[in-house]
Amino acid sequence: MAAPVLTFTDRGIYCPAGDFHIDPWRPVPRALVTHGHSDHARWGMGAYLATHQALPVIRRRLGEITAEGIAYGETRRIGGAEVSFHPAGHVPGSAQIRVSVGGETWVVSGDYKTEPDGLAEAFEPVPCHAFISECTFGLPIFRWEPQPLVMQRIADWWAANAAQGKTSILGAYSFGKAQRLLAGLPDLGPILTHGAVEEMTQTLRDQGYALPPTIRVTPEITARAHPGALAIAPPSALGSAWSARLGPSDEAFVSGWMAVRGIRRRRALGTGFVLSDHADWQGLNEAIRATGATRVFVTHGYTAPFRHWLETQGYDAGIVETQFGDEADPDPPVTE
Amino acid sequence: MKRFAALFAALDGTTKTGAKTAALADYFRAAPEPDRVWTVALLTGRRPKRAVNATELRLWAAEVAGIPDWLFEESYTVVGDLAETIALLLPPPASHADLTLDQAIRGLVALTGQPPETRKQAVLTAWAQLPATERFLYNKLLTGGFRMGVAQGLLTRALAQATGVEEAVLAHRLMGNWDPARITFAALIAGDEGGDARPYPFALASQLEDGPQSLGPAQDWLAEWKWDGIRGQLVTRPGAFALWSRGEELITDRFPDLAPLADFLPPGTVIDGEVLAWDAARNRPLPFAQLQKRIGRKTVPRTLLSEAPAHILAYDLLEDAGQDIRDLPLAQRRARLTQILAALPPGLPLSASPLLPIPGWEALAETRATARAEGAEGVMLKRAASAYFQGRKRGDWWKWKLDPWTVDAVMLYAQAGHGRRANLYTDFTFGIRDGNEIVPFTKAYSGLTDAEFNEITRWVQRNTLERFGPVRKVPAELVFEIGFEGIQESPRHKSGIALRFPRMIRWRRDKGVADIDTIDSLRALLNAAT
Repeated sequence: MAAPVLTFTDRGIYCPAGDFHIDPWRPVPRALVTHGHSDHARWGMGAYLATHQALPVIRRRLGEITAEGIAYGETRRIGGAEVSFHPAGHVPGSAQIRVSVGGETWVVSGDYKTEPDGLAEAFEPVPCHAFISECTFGLPIFRWEPQPLVMQRIADWWAANAAQGKTSILGAYSFGKAQRLLAGLPDLGPILTHGAVEEMTQTLRDQGYALPPTIRVTPEITARAHPGALAIAPPSALGSAWSARLGPSDEAFVSGWMAVRGIRRRRALGTGFVLSDHADWQGLNEAIRATGATRVFVTHGYTAPFRHWLETQGYDAGIVETQFGDEADPDPPVTE
Repeated sequence: MKRFAALFAALDGTTKTGAKTAALADYFRAAPEPDRVWTVALLTGRRPKRAVNATELRLWAAEVAGIPDWLFEESYTVVGDLAETIALLLPPPASHADLTLDQAIRGLVALTGQPPETRKQAVLTAWAQLPATERFLYNKLLTGGFRMGVAQGLLTRALAQATGVEEAVLAHRLMGNWDPARITFAALIAGDEGGDARPYPFALASQLEDGPQSLGPAQDWLAEWKWDGIRGQLVTRPGAFALWSRGEELITDRFPDLAPLADFLPPGTVIDGEVLAWDAARNRPLPFAQLQKRIGRKTVPRTLLSEAPAHILAYDLLEDAGQDIRDLPLAQRRARLTQILAALPPGLPLSASPLLPIPGWEALAETRATARAEGAEGVMLKRAASAYFQGRKRGDWWKWKLDPWTVDAVMLYAQAGHGRRANLYTDFTFGIRDGNEIVPFTKAYSGLTDAEFNEITRWVQRNTLERFGPVRKVPAELVFEIGFEGIQESPRHKSGIALRFPRMIRWRRDKGVADIDTIDSLRALLNAAT
């Protein structure tokens, strides 16, 4: 049997035929990067390859890098490997990476979700022999409600707060979740943003993603000037001096982890909205089935039970160990 | 259930007491009458008898969700709450039924004693009809433990707002054994039922951290031992004899050896005191472990009655000749208590918890240092002029406990917690050195900060050597200072000892496994304790 298309090294996923890594966590000469989140796009690689849509955020975060863009679906030859990037539906610009060597095709999912969110390029199943899938939410307790329902719930909360003269503060990951909220919520009033959120939002706006106008919160901004506003900030800003300057307010956290009451209570957060940029249990199972793959490697999440489950479903399943262990973070909402 | 679910969502969706009180008060003004009664019952820990056991629930839920049992258990480990796990795993409801809380609970009560098929059918039907939050709450009714982050004081305040009855009066009326299945809301608020045996709300002491110097002149205070038993309130009234635990549980029947008191105490007497297992020969309490054998037993075997006879050390009198005397100064209540006890024939399982002389704070500190030898865990300080207050009110009653004993031990196993600690490794088994080996000797769950638990969880995940279901074996590397209040010989434990109230005092990052204590150091403490 020929050498495997991809191998798992202490620097990350490696393709011997093409001599490149995918989402490596230590410096390598050539990195193919699925998307701009910091645990996937890291500093110090000799050269980067990512989708045209993902590059602006990556450059913004990593500064001066040698990087090249590629279109979704475009095939490129690297050494003995043929690679192409396909929408993963996780965040704007995110991709699954398909690698084909001598007729054998493997796909690295990166992070993905199957439900279209109206902003990120919608997930497309890519047929392959072996699929390397994330499984952040790889347990059957995670079942997402349709996005419109969750958006409506957030909108109701916002309206109720506004009626009581309170600012609504949403804690959401500053790249991806924040813009998904901006794109998906109805126009009920002014939207304020934390600097970290605004930076990412402007980067995406400049690329042509349709996002509503926002007001960056500066020391001069007061809640009185923007009654009934919604503010979007990274989770770390909740309950901080930053949120205090917005006057009387109600805070809520938006994350898939909010599905578990214990995790929500541990963070002493009253309100939580369950909205994730990762696939739920159903989504993971459907995505895996749609690839037609017989071999599946799981990574990032509840890897042990999810692998076991896939084995009982007839897959040849394995675990990809990553640098950070393979379990849900005990304090997950900050890192999702 | 819809209205109750809305109440739950409102309570669960905020950490602010004001908002919680308002939500409860609104509910008590508007919800259907019988639902209000059940809500008070649930929030004060009175829950319907379990109609279905946890094993059945797990099996049925896994079956309906179409997942294997092991995957159910993996899910449960992450969620940390059975009712919630089931609610999350079940497919969304196919239809929708709107039961009131009263209907739901009466439906469950009617299920007790029915054949398994009938019970299963009823539960599955409810699951198929209830939306997410209602389903979770229904499961909570099935599994028992109802904690909604509502303290008794908050509940009473909300009820007072909704009914206009004074808080302190309400707190008393909610005590005792009223039956939510029969009582009306009006009767509950008016205190019409259960009056004969009703206890008073307990006064609770606060922890004295820095010694008594700040308390003012010593002569303003009364001191007594802090006993290591269970707090109890003994109620004797015409037609009623009741012993209540601090958790408002009626425990009269568990202590049949106290029954003779009913014949000798004057009717209309309510005594606050400590229930202890008693060493009659030495006229002092037996270690808590002896009493523990009796707690949780509904019927007590004869041998246990003679091995660990119950005795009450009385420290307060709340009702004298049918009169509520809680507003009298403690010194006067104490004097009346002494009179009542003096009139009793000898040999009864009731005596006064002796007052300790306080020649000065320093002398009292010396007395306190001898507490363990007296079978006590410290000293209680109560202001002589204080009324018998309700709940925990700082200032008049203090517990001045001995510092815990401590040893350094190494973590051997870790297990994830429940509820708020779901998905977080918080429950650890510790080992101590025994010759060349490290033997497990205690578990502990508390004492660290959330940040430390987060850090340890990441470490456990990265360093797991072996998994036994939910338990992880880890390398013997992390050292903790373990504090405990007492130590007992225990043939049931591998190490031969059992600790009382073990907890983590601190994570000793500065120490390694070479620095942990030995089993001999623990055995030395054991000898000192007995």
